[in-house]
Amino acid sequence: MALTREQLAMRVARELQDGYYVNLGIGIPTLVANYVPAGMAVMLQSENGLLGMGPFPTEAQVDADMINAGKQTVTAVTGASIFSSVESFAMIRGGHVDLTVLGAFEVDVHGNIASWMIPGKLVKGMGGAMDLVAGADNIIVTMTHASKNGESKLLPQCTLPLTGAACIRKVVTDLAYVEIAGGSFHLKERAPGVSVDEIVAKTAGEMTVPEVVPEMTF
Amino acid sequence: MSGFDKVVPDYATALDGLRDNMTIIAGGFGLCGIPEGCIARIKQMGTKGLTVVSNNCGVDGFGLGILLEDRQIKKMVSSYVGENALFEQQLLAGELEVELTPQGTLAEKMRAGGAGIPAFYTATGYGTPVGEGKEVREFNGRQYILEQAIRGDFAIVKGWKADRYGNVVYRHTAQNFNPMAATAGQITVVEVEEIVEPGELDPTQIHTPGIYVDRLIQGSFEKRIEQRTVRTA
Repeated sequence: MALTREQLAMRVARELQDGYYVNLGIGIPTLVANYVPAGMAVMLQSENGLLGMGPFPTEAQVDADMINAGKQTVTAVTGASIFSSVESFAMIRGGHVDLTVLGAFEVDVHGNIASWMIPGKLVKGMGGAMDLVAGADNIIVTMTHASKNGESKLLPQCTLPLTGAACIRKVVTDLAYVEIAGGSFHLKERAPGVSVDEIVAKTAGEMTVPEVVPEMTF
Repeated sequence: MSGFDKVVPDYATALDGLRDNMTIIAGGFGLCGIPEGCIARIKQMGTKGLTVVSNNCGVDGFGLGILLEDRQIKKMVSSYVGENALFEQQLLAGELEVELTPQGTLAEKMRAGGAGIPAFYTATGYGTPVGEGKEVREFNGRQYILEQAIRGDFAIVKGWKADRYGNVVYRHTAQNFNPMAATAGQITVVEVEEIVEPGELDPTQIHTPGIYVDRLIQGSFEKRIEQRTVRTA
């Protein structure tokens, strides 16, 4: 069975470490915050200028001056800090954020990522995604392995305009956990009940498959 | 008004000198921390052909979105736009130009503009459409593109409190692009929720020192929320 959105977030959450500063993108990445292991402290960075993002406010706590990068009302945790956009991106571009999780349309065997623009469709913008992928050392891309039409999103070469070049090394899809190195996708784990053959069939880029591919457990 | 007193009596005075085809740098992120009064005044003035540098362009009927209604904006320099139907319509009709700029690069362009730095190298956007046509240089084995600073004829900024000398503090995430915008205007207009006397704000807590501020005005703010997300208590 392919992973649910929640399972995908749970798998990504296993990459968290105590004391990490983490930036979570919109969509599945946001769900990762729900699965921080017990006893572990992480601080969420929101690129509009908040380090230490908390849960959504109660009705009584709603404050128009307190939002996240998705423009949603949020709270700040104890020990949070709030700052300008330039300070926020100094953290991001300076490589101070320990882990960045974001979605994508495509990744390729060279670690390129395309996540912001589909030619012919209205382009709304890249927001902070180009800064995040250029600045972070440790990035996890979350996405479905293939499109609804069955077309692979793990490619020999991205076809869409890039968000960043040669910057992605880890991808968690609904079918597998894959690392990118040496111009190849390295299959590290598979979703429960999903065969290696299915993953290979749905991976357009070159894939390196070890003899044993452990199954994820939840 | 005398000496360092930056307070002006009304928005007409605050935006005096704004003309067609000028560049305006605006603070704000989404609808958070936007200079509502200045935007309303620009709408009223009917100034046209504006280039507006702002992370976003408001929504239909609020924020910078209201300047689209009479086609006052010629060009937006933003990281994320199109939360409004009117924007999309004018963009597709070729009536509006957009220069999409990565968010961190946009913030840095404003900072550099205000700090007298004409351009800077960044890895952001290298190998992407953003880097096309830009100078590339290698530092320590990595490729960087040259991005140019931005300055505006006007900067419009929303603060929380300021003293009469124009020392400003921002509230929570309404800070966002405002401090950089404040440095990058030929004329910087700051509107705040409360003006206090010099000495009432702690000098160590000032976000924008008064040297950057030309005109300060007391505003009133709707503070519309774009995505109201709540949890049950």
